Amino acid sequence: MGMIEVIQTYWVYFLIGQFPDGPLGGLTLTIVLAAGGLLLAFPLGFALAIARMSPWRTLSWPVTGVVYVVRGTPLLMVLFWAYFFLPSITGQKISQFSTMLGALVLFNAAYLSEIFRAGVQALPTGQFEAARSLGLSYFAALRLVVMPQVMRNMLPSLVNQFVSTIKDTSLGYIIGLSEVSFIASQINNLVLTKPTEIYLVLALAYFILCFGLSRFAFWIEQSHVRSHLSGGERSKMPRPVKRTLTEQT
Amino acid sequence: MSFNLDLLLAGTYHDWLIQGLRLSLGMAGITLLLALPLAVMVAMFRLSPVRALQWLGAMFVESIRNVPLLAHMLFWYFGAPELLPDGIKRWLYAGNIEVLSAIAALTLYTAAYMAEDIRSGIRSISNGQFEAGRSLGFSFLATMRLIILPQALRVTIPPLVSQTLNLWKNTSIATVIGVGELMYQAAKVESTAFRSAEAFAFATICYLSVSLILTGLGLLYRHRFPVRTA
Repeated sequence: MGMIEVIQTYWVYFLIGQFPDGPLGGLTLTIVLAAGGLLLAFPLGFALAIARMSPWRTLSWPVTGVVYVVRGTPLLMVLFWAYFFLPSITGQKISQFSTMLGALVLFNAAYLSEIFRAGVQALPTGQFEAARSLGLSYFAALRLVVMPQVMRNMLPSLVNQFVSTIKDTSLGYIIGLSEVSFIASQINNLVLTKPTEIYLVLALAYFILCFGLSRFAFWIEQSHVRSHLSGGERSKMPRPVKRTLTEQT
Repeated sequence: MSFNLDLLLAGTYHDWLIQGLRLSLGMAGITLLLALPLAVMVAMFRLSPVRALQWLGAMFVESIRNVPLLAHMLFWYFGAPELLPDGIKRWLYAGNIEVLSAIAALTLYTAAYMAEDIRSGIRSISNGQFEAGRSLGFSFLATMRLIILPQALRVTIPPLVSQTLNLWKNTSIATVIGVGELMYQAAKVESTAFRSAEAFAFATICYLSVSLILTGLGLLYRHRFPVRTA
């Protein structure tokens, strides 16, 4: 079995890259990058979602445009723009890690804004109106009444977005960032005779991580349905948001 | 360096970029034609009454969706050809193996996503429809073909359009295995002429226009053929 042999020889390199002798890499970098790329996108995603739902068209229309543009272009395109232009704008060399993180944050913010929006819109408007008529300000009503409920409904979508982000980090390979796909190709260049086994191990590593997480998302969704909603209300559960453009209503 | 529009309208770089755009569109088209029947088949497997087929369909979908497309591409380009007999391998390397590997990866990846959309479309049709068809004496396949699928089509087309849009964006990843598609050509113009702004602007506008056209078609279909509620 070639795969076992590959794992036995290179598992440390697969997991952490050249760390501690060099920069952190491998599967650990993949996870760090995905977590950072998603968490740092939260504030921007929230801002975009609130701007899109705002009653002022001068605000909501341009923001809708931006979201459409980001969602209509491949992440690789965003990455290329960042890779070639961030240095010329800021005047200093930017590491591959920051470039990738920046592209992921921008990309995720556009998708997160859709998840937030769907979460808010799934909530009966009475909730917001009741809060406003009780004297809460626009933002206080959002923060204290709407958001806590929305967050709970959005959890499965967020985990799915995390899975997508893990898959997206593989594009770091193209700009030479030592995440797990890049490490796998490095190992392939070292071994030369076992490309099939090495790339199967790579696929397996991603599979275990992503499949585990998507099962987790499914489990949250199911337990949420069972514990919070009676049968008749089930249809009101927001469906997990897919990464698509035309899914919007 | 100012933005040079003439560069994009004629000349070598223009030709490279147009060539890339053609290849991207071609790959997306061929993949769509190959992926659709495969997706329908996988969806049927997952809905069939036979346990083993259900399991096979689920395996296909989960094992493909949980691995990034880039890893699929690397596998189909570097890994898979090694498994083939020497004769076929030599024939493959003589031809355009990059494009073939990319289409293989894109087809499987797209089919896995489309299969799920088709499956949930079919499941949205009430079970009574299926049972009525069966009790009138139609076979499983005949019930599917004559009663369920025509109704499911309305529910399924919009998400399939979205998946086509994702497919269009995903063709850009073929650049990693050296397929000369749009992204590859844009990077080539960047590295030969240092005209990154022009090349990337061209590529972005191409990706965006096709995406917006597809989005528009999806919305149009939804407007023209709304889902009927019983």
